[in-house]
Amino acid sequence: MRSDAGWGLKLGAAAGLLFLHLPLLLIFLYAFTTEEKSFQFPPPGLTIKWFVTAWFERPDIWGPLYLSIKVAAIATVLALIFGTLAAAALSRAKFYGKDSLSLLFILPIALPGIITGIALRSAFDIMNLPFSTWTIVLGHATFCIVVVYNNVLARFRRINSYMVEASMDLGADGFQTFRYVVLPQIASALLAGGMLAFALSFDEVIVTTFTAGQQSTLPIWMLQELIRPRQRPVTNVVAIIVIAVTFIPILCAYYLTREGEHTGGGGK
Amino acid sequence: MRGLSDLFYKRPGALTAMLLGPPLAWIGIVYIGSLLALLLQSFYHLDDFSGVIIHEFTLSTYGQLFESSNLQTIGRTVAMAAIVTIASAIIAFPIAYYAARFARGKTKALFYLAVMMPLWSSYLVKVYAWKLILAKEGIITWAAGGLGLGGALEALLATPVIGGSSLSFSYIGTFLVLLYIWLPYMILPLQAALERVPKNFIEASADLGATPRQTFRTVILPLAMPGVIAGSIFTFSLTLGDYIIPQIVGNSRPFIGQAVYTLQGTAGDIPLAAAFTVVPMLIMGVYLALAKRAGAFDAL
Repeated sequence: MRSDAGWGLKLGAAAGLLFLHLPLLLIFLYAFTTEEKSFQFPPPGLTIKWFVTAWFERPDIWGPLYLSIKVAAIATVLALIFGTLAAAALSRAKFYGKDSLSLLFILPIALPGIITGIALRSAFDIMNLPFSTWTIVLGHATFCIVVVYNNVLARFRRINSYMVEASMDLGADGFQTFRYVVLPQIASALLAGGMLAFALSFDEVIVTTFTAGQQSTLPIWMLQELIRPRQRPVTNVVAIIVIAVTFIPILCAYYLTREGEHTGGGGK
Repeated sequence: MRGLSDLFYKRPGALTAMLLGPPLAWIGIVYIGSLLALLLQSFYHLDDFSGVIIHEFTLSTYGQLFESSNLQTIGRTVAMAAIVTIASAIIAFPIAYYAARFARGKTKALFYLAVMMPLWSSYLVKVYAWKLILAKEGIITWAAGGLGLGGALEALLATPVIGGSSLSFSYIGTFLVLLYIWLPYMILPLQAALERVPKNFIEASADLGATPRQTFRTVILPLAMPGVIAGSIFTFSLTLGDYIIPQIVGNSRPFIGQAVYTLQGTAGDIPLAAAFTVVPMLIMGVYLALAKRAGAFDAL
């Protein structure tokens, strides 16, 4: 058996990875271009003035940025509570219909986001619920629950159930066992799930367009700039901010859960 | 507190019920409830003259789906989803295979990160990056010119159906962006499936006289299929429902997502929009049932 990869395979893998990574580099390059009306390549000149412009001359960025952070924070807290409860229940119990329930909990990411969006919108219509920050949160929390659920469930499966029994045998009650035995073991999975949920919510646009009404989150602001560009390089500056805000939590989540389990399977 | 704790110990079912209650209520009421509300709307219809939604049971809205322009929209979307899925499986395979079979230690971690980062980075930022790449004055035109391939690019764009005034306004562009955005969703489950192929199966196959090529075709590939199917759930479903990518990169002919968006928004025809969303739900329902049969959920 060959223990080394052939050239064809190496080339295929390298080309695939390049395809995944080169496009994002262009976002950085174009943030420094002097051309603001088109996407001319190579850029006619380089400047850092757009970072200054974005900070001082575009107050329309701040409101959406603040709203996005607020929504992501609330949705993350809700997702942590509900996702952990669901994972705890479904990891330990055996009962009829459990498989269907598991499927139910991944449905919000398995079905296209537009369905979630329009479904929520028609429900708000029927209940005469006016659009607000809370309608955005409701949508975001629904798919963030799934992310936390997935992460925490994977961790629960690895926890040795004898430790819980030993703790009970040694006289701890259920709450003490949870506090001193279970919680320390799932803490990093919670943190990772929470960070991924935050990044997912901060970046979400498809469901949000249906649940936001007149308000703009940062992705919605970006979408408007994409359709009707004003100063194109400023959009790039904001894109870099978005990359930074999502990149850091994801990297942290990776390091928190890297021992043999995957944090994948998230989606919109 | 102690009494409650004892109760939970003696009756584990009570604890499960209490744990499961709140999240189930959330998903059940907020999510499933909304889906049902949507489904209900699809049985109403819009009065053409007054523009008012008539709240009476009818199947006429579903009938409208079979008008030729709507059928074309559905066909176009399903075809694009299928092509994107196949292309992403082909591109994903070498990456997943290398990462699962040959990468060790640091390289493996690097591969994993290299797939995770694009997966989790901002959707809109990624779409925007492709707007920059595909623009008429952008890097592809520049590179094609530099390599003396400007004529080939123009010939490609002049091709009927897939061509357009620039890559940014053609099906080729839409395809490339969809492929780029959903590719990581194919790589991860595929890699997970390949990791699970037992080493001794491969050794046994070699011992029994199979060439590496035969081993690959008859042992590794069949065992990787659940991973491909698991990945295709994402690539297929996400392509079916996307309405932002074809709106930003593509020609004016709509996909299902865009049709839904326009119908519920400017057209105000929520019943038809709701009926339209049932199409991807049905397709995904059948798809998920088949995938479950093929054992794809273990690879998720």
